[in-house]
Amino acid sequence: MKLVPAAAACAALLISTTGCSLTESNDPQASGSAGDGTITVDSTADACDLTTTKAPSGNLVFDVKNSGDQVTEFYFYAEDGLRIVGEIENVGPGLSRDLVVRAAPGSYVASCRPGMTGKGIRTDFTVTDSGEDTTITGVEQADIDAATTQYAAYVKDQSSQLVDETTAFVTAYAAGQDERARELYPQARTYWERIETVAESFGDLDPKMDLREADLTPGQEWTGWHRIEKDLWPPASGYTALGEADREKYGQDLLANTKTLDSRVQDLDYTVDQIGNGSKGLLDEVASGKITGEEDIWSHTDLYDFQANVDGARVAYEGLKPLLDVKDPALSQKIQSAFRDLQTSLDQYRRGKDDFVSYDTVTEPQRKELSDRVNALAEPLSKLTGAITL
Amino acid sequence: MTEPASETPTSPSGVSRRRLLGAAGAGALAVGAAGVGGYAVGHAAEDPGKPGQSSYAFGGRHQAGIVTPAQDRLHFAAFDVTSESRDDLILLLRAWTAAARAMTSGRPVGEGVPTSYDAPPDDTGEALDLDASGLTLTFGFGPTLFERDGKPRFGLDGKQPAALRELPHFPADKLDPARSNGDLCVQACAHDPQVAVHAIRNLSRIAFGTAAMRWAQLGFGRTSSTSTAQATPRNLFGFKDGTANLKSQDREGVEEFVWVGEGDDPRADWLAGGTYLVARRINMQIETWDRSSLREQESLVGRDREQGAPLSGGTEFTEPDFDLQGREGPLIGLDSHVRLAHPTQNKGVKMLRRGYNFTDGSNALGRLDAGLFFVAFVRDPDVHYIPMQTRLSAQDGLMEYLQHTGSGLWAVPPGVRRSTGFVGDTLFT
Repeated sequence: MKLVPAAAACAALLISTTGCSLTESNDPQASGSAGDGTITVDSTADACDLTTTKAPSGNLVFDVKNSGDQVTEFYFYAEDGLRIVGEIENVGPGLSRDLVVRAAPGSYVASCRPGMTGKGIRTDFTVTDSGEDTTITGVEQADIDAATTQYAAYVKDQSSQLVDETTAFVTAYAAGQDERARELYPQARTYWERIETVAESFGDLDPKMDLREADLTPGQEWTGWHRIEKDLWPPASGYTALGEADREKYGQDLLANTKTLDSRVQDLDYTVDQIGNGSKGLLDEVASGKITGEEDIWSHTDLYDFQANVDGARVAYEGLKPLLDVKDPALSQKIQSAFRDLQTSLDQYRRGKDDFVSYDTVTEPQRKELSDRVNALAEPLSKLTGAITL
Repeated sequence: MTEPASETPTSPSGVSRRRLLGAAGAGALAVGAAGVGGYAVGHAAEDPGKPGQSSYAFGGRHQAGIVTPAQDRLHFAAFDVTSESRDDLILLLRAWTAAARAMTSGRPVGEGVPTSYDAPPDDTGEALDLDASGLTLTFGFGPTLFERDGKPRFGLDGKQPAALRELPHFPADKLDPARSNGDLCVQACAHDPQVAVHAIRNLSRIAFGTAAMRWAQLGFGRTSSTSTAQATPRNLFGFKDGTANLKSQDREGVEEFVWVGEGDDPRADWLAGGTYLVARRINMQIETWDRSSLREQESLVGRDREQGAPLSGGTEFTEPDFDLQGREGPLIGLDSHVRLAHPTQNKGVKMLRRGYNFTDGSNALGRLDAGLFFVAFVRDPDVHYIPMQTRLSAQDGLMEYLQHTGSGLWAVPPGVRRSTGFVGDTLFT
């Protein structure tokens, strides 16, 4: 699961201004009968027709249909016509897409923007009081800023430790200190795995650094972590060990790419939906690579990577927790306890503080238990982004 | 086509195997020929026929089960020839042909000729009350039929088509040898799964001593339409699949991209009128897919989920506009499946896909062992399949959720043209 480009209901630039709908609660208890009727929006070259311009407060569903022949967008603004409550982008001609927003009683402005330019075709929209408890407990902009700032700092910190640890690892490897290199391999990779979804978003670096042998294209040179892994834990037969020059070459190549990665993450900004998707994405990494034992097929150090993915996912979630606690406290509770359960399962395989048993000693029923725990966590976690950006 | 049945419940064709058996004899067979076979013979296999048709002729210029409107169910099997005798192999192909003629007409193996009470019945029986159910049986020859360990087999040296080689290792392939390749393959498609399974079971039984089943795959729902009269079905990702598939009505396209032409391969004139069958068992990471947002799903596929319209707009059959720009680049992403697989992005190459959804229960991790059993028929795999799959395996965003676990390539000989002929006879004469 790669880091998905920021484009959820609230795009990057919006979050940095007023936080769009993020600052409004979507506590599920507050919704209900109010959101039942879908409002159809017909966007054409010169019109933006809504089936109604009045709706009761709560969750509003706009079914935006593009009847024009240009790409269109739909915005739902607050009364000032500036603050975006919700938006839908990139609707191709003939297509429909749903926008769900949470709106308190008041005046709003709906706008279609055929061709994605200009102020759009605007219509006043009134949200009446549905009579339910519509008290909106808002998310503080400060919480949003804190979440994005903290996450950026976390990635930079991990990346910088990755450079240090990788340096130690490739140095030991080049010097022929195999025992030491084998110890350092899973430890150093921890820093990679914690920020794996970010690292993978650099499509040119990832295949050079973390490609598994099975994923090679014919003719493609195999470099990076797993190339060295195989040399340190060689198969019993049919393998020719790398010589001194090759050790130096593959080690330096990995280190150079690591430094490039580190320099690139210095300038990265994150949106809350990227952080949310990244958290879930790390669990996908666990599900698809680590639980199956395919990640570290030679060293069997998969549990280190597993733990590091979970660490990264938890950090991302914890950064967003203040937002989710407001938006959907029940979901937040569920995620939190699922993290705890997964950690308890994982801890059974610890050997000392920082080490794990070799994954080839973990039996199939034990792997299934881990897999079930991952599913139990990843399912609610997959709802995180939708919940905080609604 | 419809002959009301009185004694036994029958299918719309009005012919059931039980009735044939009950009446046991030439008279009953004649009914079969008039009621079912008659229609089918008149419309040889190159006429793809209507979806849901109750029987398709076995003989014809081309084998059935290729441009035939995709039936709903599949049972696919690969066999290895265990004998090294050319005569045994020919006998097997003759026996398979006879059984295939019977079963595709809704008649039992052995044609219902009575056997001793002390002998096992010729037909295994589970399809006795069912009609032909649109059964087609399509046979193919794998590279290992021609040569194994560098040695020619069955006197076929010099006859192996140049393109008939084991498929290359594509990026991220995780092939299980026990689900890959094979000297022979049989694709059984039918409207009723029991009929398809019955066919493979009986062919396997006939083969004992000469060939043994290597692996088999059930497909429970078609994922392709091969006729414009069919709606586009959905794969297990929940999306319509194969909208841009080659359809049998596109006769020029079928000639250009499916059937091997005279002179295509000087070593393999016997294959003219035939084609190549590519099979790939593609596991889907169902659980992680289900947790991905609709935004991610649609952008990876490049179509909207509900209608199947390309994200550049229109309806399902609107041509995608790969240049149309949205906020962050083209509306149809650069790594989207529809872009990478589309003929316009592959030098105009089209494939006739005939894949099926499958599930084989769950795996040791409690996940669905499910996905797409991809089947495609191409005129030249080196041109019409391998380049595209290489690109897809390396670049398709969907690969995040896919794992290829089985693979095979077979040359599919032309149809059996004479009543005394047998499947593959052009190769063995």
